Amino acid sequence: MIAGLLDGLFNGISIGAVLLLAALGLAIVFGLMNVINLAHGELIMLGAYTTFVVQNVCKLLGGPWFDLYIFPALVLAFVVAALVGLVLERGVIRYLYGRPLETLLATWGVSLILQQFVRSVNWVLVIEIACFCSLFFTAWWFLSRRSHLLRIRNRVLGMLLPLCLAIAIAIGTFLGETFKLAVTQPWFGAQNVDVTAPSWLRGGLALGGLQLPYVRLFIIGLTIVCVAGIYWFLQRSTWGLRIRAVTQNRSMSACLGIPTQKVDALTFALGSGLAGVAGCALSLLGSVGPNTGQNYIVDTFMVVVVGGVGKLGGSVLAALAIGTATYLLGSGTLALLFLPVKPLADFFTFFANTSMAKVMVFVLIIAFLQVRPGGIFPQKGRAVDA
Amino acid sequence: MARRLNRRRFILYGSATFGTSILLKACNSSPSGTTTSPTTSVSPEAAGSGNTIKVGILHSLSGTMAISEKSVVDAEQLAIEEINKAGGVLGKQIEAIVEDGASDWPTFAEKSKKLIEQDKVVTVFGCWTSASRKAVLPVYEQENHMLWYPVQYEGQECSKNIFYTGAAPNQQIEPSVDWLLKNKGKDFFLVGSDYVFPRTANTIIKAQLAAKGGKTVGEDYLPLGNTEVTPIITKIKAALPNGGVIYNTLNGDSNVAFFKQLQGAGLGPDKYPSMSVSVAEEEVRAIGPEYLKGHYAAWNYFQTVDTPENTKFVEAFKAKYGEDRVTNDPMEAAYIQVYLWKQAVEKAKTADDLDKVRVAALGQTFKAPEGTVTLENNHHLAKVVRIGEVRDDGLFDIVYSSDKAVAPIPWNQYVAETKGFACDWSDPSKGGKFKPA
Repeated sequence: MIAGLLDGLFNGISIGAVLLLAALGLAIVFGLMNVINLAHGELIMLGAYTTFVVQNVCKLLGGPWFDLYIFPALVLAFVVAALVGLVLERGVIRYLYGRPLETLLATWGVSLILQQFVRSVNWVLVIEIACFCSLFFTAWWFLSRRSHLLRIRNRVLGMLLPLCLAIAIAIGTFLGETFKLAVTQPWFGAQNVDVTAPSWLRGGLALGGLQLPYVRLFIIGLTIVCVAGIYWFLQRSTWGLRIRAVTQNRSMSACLGIPTQKVDALTFALGSGLAGVAGCALSLLGSVGPNTGQNYIVDTFMVVVVGGVGKLGGSVLAALAIGTATYLLGSGTLALLFLPVKPLADFFTFFANTSMAKVMVFVLIIAFLQVRPGGIFPQKGRAVDA
Repeated sequence: MARRLNRRRFILYGSATFGTSILLKACNSSPSGTTTSPTTSVSPEAAGSGNTIKVGILHSLSGTMAISEKSVVDAEQLAIEEINKAGGVLGKQIEAIVEDGASDWPTFAEKSKKLIEQDKVVTVFGCWTSASRKAVLPVYEQENHMLWYPVQYEGQECSKNIFYTGAAPNQQIEPSVDWLLKNKGKDFFLVGSDYVFPRTANTIIKAQLAAKGGKTVGEDYLPLGNTEVTPIITKIKAALPNGGVIYNTLNGDSNVAFFKQLQGAGLGPDKYPSMSVSVAEEEVRAIGPEYLKGHYAAWNYFQTVDTPENTKFVEAFKAKYGEDRVTNDPMEAAYIQVYLWKQAVEKAKTADDLDKVRVAALGQTFKAPEGTVTLENNHHLAKVVRIGEVRDDGLFDIVYSSDKAVAPIPWNQYVAETKGFACDWSDPSKGGKFKPA
């Protein structure tokens, strides 16, 4: 009984930790900034792919490197996802603040682009994009520096756009024809790629009757570190203070000299970077493929909404609650517990498989949100402006 | 924040965008034409004129199923290229029109219609999931057209308009259950994805276990794409405390999560051997051989099959798509179905009269990489059944192979509703589902 309880607790927490880790970035982006970022899952996926690349590099280096690849991978996954998040914020989202519907559609589009990007990325594509960007943005930069050209800037850019595109495509096609497979072969392809946990993370810690998988322990540890890190960053550091100030009252903060644009970019990059870290950790448990992100996106939104938008503590609690509920329902533990009471036992047995457990968890969440529409810890006081 | 567009600007920009996109499309159609149809580059005289035979290739190139279906397209294009290099069919080059089903079943039906009505293809090679096949089936029956389907499936179907070149359940699932009962144990836990193939397959397995003295101790289904398998692992441990067989019909991403976490939970192949029917070389590579070593899979073809045809196939494939690529069962089935179609067309001496091609297809044999296959009267292939064990390099050691090709039985004989039924398209009076006297 005690062993069963411990088992349930551990598994519930480990499912919750996965949910929380995936949702942490979103808790910041959606919770603090109110940006509905549907590309969050794809940032997770980019983190996972970064892990894959780092793993392969470390495999080449051999020996002790391979056993420790996970640590550089965590850092790099954070950096890559944060950079992509930064570009996303500067390039798309900052034009859409305060317009949730458009943000939703735009980020959804970005998520599709990112998915197809990892499927079809190869040297030709990368070179084409690099060519196009360098040509086009150099022209832009040049035109905006010369003030006497400002009047014709738009017209010139309109002509330059197809020109740059044509040059880039021509170069790409030429390379593709000359080097053939070497440059046209996709880096990752549409198939899933394999990320193998280092040997010290495989297997598990035997504890009496149950076995605690090392990977799960690692993810629980990582989640704790991340939550503590964010807490410290938001509550104790200068930039954290600024982020909180902007969240509470944007115009007042701007009046007081806080660079709100920089704060926005930083917050978004931080949230995206955390998604990358999540991707790195999740690649140890699940698959790494173009669709990896989609598997998590619904769950992450669920966690943030249930927890209460804008409250990290709420997300932590919500993730643990959802994780434990999923486990207890799905594994049939509740059915066993209520064995003496026949109708209850039958009821829980019906829900004791993964699909039905998911249904039940959704029902519980809907019921809960009826009682507390703001989530576990609703945002109090003045409404946050966008 | 954004500058407002007035109407004149909107019309100007809108038409500019529209014009550019049409221009791009026009520029793009010529190079993409050469990539989708190797014919034009191979023989310039065949290009353009009515000197080609058009066939359709319809698989998911985007979305969830792109993972598996992309490589099947590769195999089909390899076969078409080989045939074209060897002179084509009936003296004409084959022109493949590739469409993307986008992992969306209604899209499959829509694109099938487009291939048949607009492109006027003479046959279509396509589909992977049973759901997509079920979605396109009405289209092919209505148009009286022809689809070649390259994937093992759950059976219980036998359409006049489809040729099934993957395994029927009695060529994959049933022999593997027999083998497990004989070699690995009597207690089975069934894990599957939550859709038509695993549910039907598990119905068959349960009926078979009941008939042969095995026991189903539990079953569970994961929604497609779900990667949280902890509850299932707990259930397996509870149902099989002393070890037993896991029969795995999971599809796609869930497999990766399942095997990674199975190992973490300490359920190794020594006590908990698993038999998979959707894990082939491609998937092993994606999951990581470290997690799968010692587990089993049942197929008709493995890359390690030792035949001269297979050596040739693997070499040709690697030369075209890269040294690190692997071949697997559905790819091989996709490769041979193109050849079988070619043989049928050559025997019928026409590609356009589908009824003649259909009749000519029956009884065709082909020296396939997996061994000689025969297209039986029920539109399925007689194939050798093999069971492989995953080894370190991610390929399979073949631990069992049937001594001769097993005849396909589409209507399952363990399931009460279809017991006693058969399928025979060589005789119009019998058709897709009849009870032999």
